[in-house]
Amino acid sequence: MHAIETENLTKDYALGFWRKRPYRALDRLTLQVSPGEVFGFLGPNGAGKTTTLKLLMQLVFPTAGRAEILDRPVGDVEVRRRIGYLPENPYFYDHLTAEELLRYYGRLFGLDRATRRQRAGELLDEVGLGAERRLALRRYSKGMLQRVGLAQALLNRPQVVFLDEPMSGLDPIGRRMVRDLILRLRDRGTTVFFSSHILSDAEALCSRVAILAGGRLVSSGRLTDMLAFEVKGWDLVVDGLSADALTGLGPGLIRTTTIAEGRYALELPADARPDEWMARCTALGGRVVSLNPLRETLEDFFVRQVGAHHRRTEPGSNN
Amino acid sequence: MPLLPIALSVFRESVRDKVFYNLLLFAVILVAASLLVGQTTAGQDVKIIKDLGLAATSLFGIFIAVFVGINLVWKEVERRSVYNVLSKPVRRPALVVGKYLGLSLTLLVNVSVMALALYAVLAYMNQGFPESVRQAWDAPALDPALLIAFVLILAQLLMMTAVALFFSTFSSPMLSAVFTFGLYVAGHFNADLKNFETIVSLRPVVWVARALYYVLPNLASLDVKSQVVHGQPVAAGYVSLSLLYAAVYIVMLLGAASLIFARRDLK
Ligand SMILES: Nc1ncnc2c1ncn2[C@@H]1O[C@H](COP(=O)(O)OP(=O)(O)OP(=O)(O)O)[C@@H](O)[C@H]1O
Ligand SMILES: [Mg+2]
Repeated sequence: MHAIETENLTKDYALGFWRKRPYRALDRLTLQVSPGEVFGFLGPNGAGKTTTLKLLMQLVFPTAGRAEILDRPVGDVEVRRRIGYLPENPYFYDHLTAEELLRYYGRLFGLDRATRRQRAGELLDEVGLGAERRLALRRYSKGMLQRVGLAQALLNRPQVVFLDEPMSGLDPIGRRMVRDLILRLRDRGTTVFFSSHILSDAEALCSRVAILAGGRLVSSGRLTDMLAFEVKGWDLVVDGLSADALTGLGPGLIRTTTIAEGRYALELPADARPDEWMARCTALGGRVVSLNPLRETLEDFFVRQVGAHHRRTEPGSNN
Repeated sequence: MPLLPIALSVFRESVRDKVFYNLLLFAVILVAASLLVGQTTAGQDVKIIKDLGLAATSLFGIFIAVFVGINLVWKEVERRSVYNVLSKPVRRPALVVGKYLGLSLTLLVNVSVMALALYAVLAYMNQGFPESVRQAWDAPALDPALLIAFVLILAQLLMMTAVALFFSTFSSPMLSAVFTFGLYVAGHFNADLKNFETIVSLRPVVWVARALYYVLPNLASLDVKSQVVHGQPVAAGYVSLSLLYAAVYIVMLLGAASLIFARRDLK
């Protein structure tokens, strides 16, 4: 049983008015997501993330390949009772309020009146919409619409949630809210499939990720397998060192960055002995602020993978 | 079936978009005309008021049917609110039909209120004239046959709503409006196409004319305004046949609209 499964999923868009040329937005995507996973779907702009999600929602039809959600083909309307979807930059109806919107969607799910009201209220609380919920949606800011979008995606207590850039447009508090929300969903056993550009979020939330570039899957797997976890170096921040004292530290520094007057970030190689460096700094009158091991982040990995993909494909060609 | 919530949401939107404000204008026109008629023709006839009331019902209705109808599906797609609806357990044809029913409900309410308003004005005029004047009228002021005209106007409007909705599933509001109004006008002269061989003898032209006759909405046959106003009877059989025709036309158009919409990439 898979929560989501795609096999050679491919989408060509026709470009041009008279002479239509196919443009491959997604190229033979094969992917499996297990129930209960939080799966990060990453990739640069135009990689095909939104296209994939639209194919999964059957908003557009595949050129080739197939896709299943909860072991049912995506065309099966019944499966939509058990899923939720937040589109990219969601948009609703101008004349409705957030409350009315959720109740309307509740009716589409066939929820009874009491449940509709209760869920609408709870979810709007959960996404942090207060009295604004009685305001017509045309008066909403981007982040407020995003919050309504999240609420409507959870209305039916879905087993699988698809979120297209859930953090987009949100303030720092909103982003924390979404992170917590995703973790709560995970704890309830909900499968979460989300696309994002914010790699630190993916790193903090996901058990597995897939990286897409130019419509193709460049990498997928468990984060722990994808990232080299050995220490690549050390980041030592010291305060109260004069410029002269800094040169007195001796050779072996990879990089020195001035943070403020007398405050420096020193990058040490992987084989350095950080305790010795700390001792040397204190001896020269400095104070150690922090010491952190440097490991490869998802961002490093992402840049490496996507960069490699760009080098492989000729400029201007998409396939 | 999610038809009812979708239909009700369309109805609510027309209320909030102030579609029903047209009723005010309608009432003003009727009252003003009745005052005018009362003075100038010395109550010779209530025909003018009936004519005007029915024509205005038709005209206001067609504007609502077209201008709301051409946006029904288009706006959802254009603004991408359709992504949310269709990720719920809603089949695409259900969205099309639900939207259609919603606008039909709006038109039903609109036409009913207009019918009531017309009867109210006629009742007022009726008691303002002596029996001798009333005797001279072709039909009584409060003629129940007026209802037949209203029902058939509503049928016309529902046909045109289906036409507008059909275009709205694949073309822009501008084009849809042009096509729909084009069909509306053509639909009134449709009958001429049937007997085109009496005008032109070229076979292909006759076939094209014949084909058009079946494709275009035959609105003229649903137009009984002048018979009713002049007190001529309209046969029950004729009315039911006309309604049947309208129903078949609507079902076929909605079927075509659903088919087109169900196959479209919504991007
Ligand atoms: N309706 C469309 N018609 C033609 N091309 C399209 C259409 N929608 C998307 N594309 C193309 O498909 C490719 C993938 O687009 P998609 O929206 O899936 O990217 P994305 O990964 O979601 O990007 P972003 O991170 O910017 O949201 C892009 O090159 C885009 O130009
Ligand atoms: Mg996108």
